[in-house]
Amino acid sequence: MSFVAEAVQTRRGWGHFPLLRALASNPVTLAALVIVIVFLMMAAFAPWLAPYPPTKIDVLHKLQPPSAEHWFGTDHLGRDLLSRIIHGARTALTIAIGSVAVAGSVGLLLGLIAGYGPRWLDGVLVLVFDSLNSLPMIMFALAIITVLGTGTGTLIFVIAATSFPSYARLIRAQTLALKNSDYILAERLMDAHPLRILLVHLLPNVVGPLIILLSMDIPVVIMVEAGLSFLGLGVRPPTPSWGSILYDGYTSIRSAPFVVIFGGLPLVLATLGFTFLGEGLRDSLDPRLKLRRPA
Amino acid sequence: MLTYAVKRIGLGVLILTFVMVAMYAAVFLIPGDPATVALGPRATPELKRMLIERMGLDQPVWRQIIEFFRNALTGNLGYDVWSNRPVSALIMEALPKTLALGIAALATALIIGVPIGCLSVIRRGTVVDTAIGMLSVGVIAVPSFVVAIYSLLIFAVTFRWLPAIGAGEAGDIGSQVRALILPVMAIALGWIGYIARMVRASMMEVMGEPHIRTARSFGLPEWKIVGKYALRIAIIPTISLVAVGLGGILSSAVFVEAVFARPGIGKLITDAVNTRNYPVVMGTVLVMTAIYVTITIAADLLIARLDPRVRDVFRG
Repeated sequence: MSFVAEAVQTRRGWGHFPLLRALASNPVTLAALVIVIVFLMMAAFAPWLAPYPPTKIDVLHKLQPPSAEHWFGTDHLGRDLLSRIIHGARTALTIAIGSVAVAGSVGLLLGLIAGYGPRWLDGVLVLVFDSLNSLPMIMFALAIITVLGTGTGTLIFVIAATSFPSYARLIRAQTLALKNSDYILAERLMDAHPLRILLVHLLPNVVGPLIILLSMDIPVVIMVEAGLSFLGLGVRPPTPSWGSILYDGYTSIRSAPFVVIFGGLPLVLATLGFTFLGEGLRDSLDPRLKLRRPA
Repeated sequence: MLTYAVKRIGLGVLILTFVMVAMYAAVFLIPGDPATVALGPRATPELKRMLIERMGLDQPVWRQIIEFFRNALTGNLGYDVWSNRPVSALIMEALPKTLALGIAALATALIIGVPIGCLSVIRRGTVVDTAIGMLSVGVIAVPSFVVAIYSLLIFAVTFRWLPAIGAGEAGDIGSQVRALILPVMAIALGWIGYIARMVRASMMEVMGEPHIRTARSFGLPEWKIVGKYALRIAIIPTISLVAVGLGGILSSAVFVEAVFARPGIGKLITDAVNTRNYPVVMGTVLVMTAIYVTITIAADLLIARLDPRVRDVFRG
């Protein structure tokens, strides 16, 4: 079979989406993909999916065990647990995707500048990346929360501020590796504007590994948001968050253990789903990237 | 090696200075003055004045900064706004409990994770290997405080095998160890998976080496080749990764400590953040950052000592 024919062959069926085909070929990755899609749907359509408003208090029916009306039961204020978990998906994913998008953009920009810019600027930026990278993330987050107060905005800022340096370092390394390749030199000989080289030629070639790294960090962000909300330092009540649901359940763990049991499930499923999807993405796109550390 | 060490330590000192200045500057960014924020809107003017004086906020800014640095360098981290106890004493009380938790968790993870990684290599390519690989990723993914809550529910609330909260009676080692088991397992679980994966990955690189082939040609059993000759080389990157990890564990222990109400650094700082107790927050963050940076530098130097390629990268 000729090369062209082979190329045409692979374009049939799944061939139009080679990445999707690669992901679907591994049953675990496929399951992870399904879980992630379910959570994304939950976040997108929360008000229509949730049987009750997530903040509707009904003290007469507090800590009700699971029943036909309340599938997951109710919490200490009589709020429907299932509705709070569905809306919690919206909180978790807004913060996860928001902070990863902010951190990814900042990291991309600064990484390109450090890699392609003058040497002194590179030195300064690397020093900034290294300094921020060597701070213990949770401690840094707690210090900022003390100053800025709690809330969604603070959370996105804190997480983005602590995670962009690793993205910037990745992009910088990629840019440095490509900087002296022939096609970039050719552009430079033709007197192309540096912005053109950066945006048209370097950007598309360095962005791949970044996307994998970002996808692998989403479960970490979900965990940090839930953890801080568990401590009462994340999103403000009564905004439903998986972390604050867990805390509410934790305070009534002896009398109503089902709150904790159901409250922890979305966290377990979401972190597993996003992690295995990230692993699948990495395996099919760039297996050289490093393993994730436990959070 | 010396240039590398000097550069690395210099960077560490720079980072700590940066953190101190940033934290000090941050206090001035707070909307409203810190005294009002700490005391609430209904505080009397006298009370507010007292607090401002005690926090040194009536001094000019430059004096405050110099004062702050001088005090921090001499081990004086200021006083708790509420109890008026020295912050350094509060930290010295809480730190050993957090250190014990972190070190015990890492030790547990090593003791369980390394043999699992070896098993994965011995049975490479089989179902056992695949299962270990999947389980490892799974336990890395699940947040430690969720593990903590579920294990609290199962082992402390339902079966009552282990204490649910606290750090055990003072002076009673037995009760302290029993109080450590659940928090240690909650933190160690993810690290077991991580260490197993690291050991497997670095061992697979070693397995093609000549001395392994020689050992095999002598007819040594596979477990002996893996556990003795391959592990000896493969353990080096793992140990250095674990050293770096200790710094991270100490700060993420915050969540697990909150679940088990252990009176460690995590509880100290969480309570302080909730009550806007700035001196305690600043002091704790500073000490934890110093510990984290020191551990990271020590681990980096260890890696450089063991693997000359690292310091060449830093030089170039």
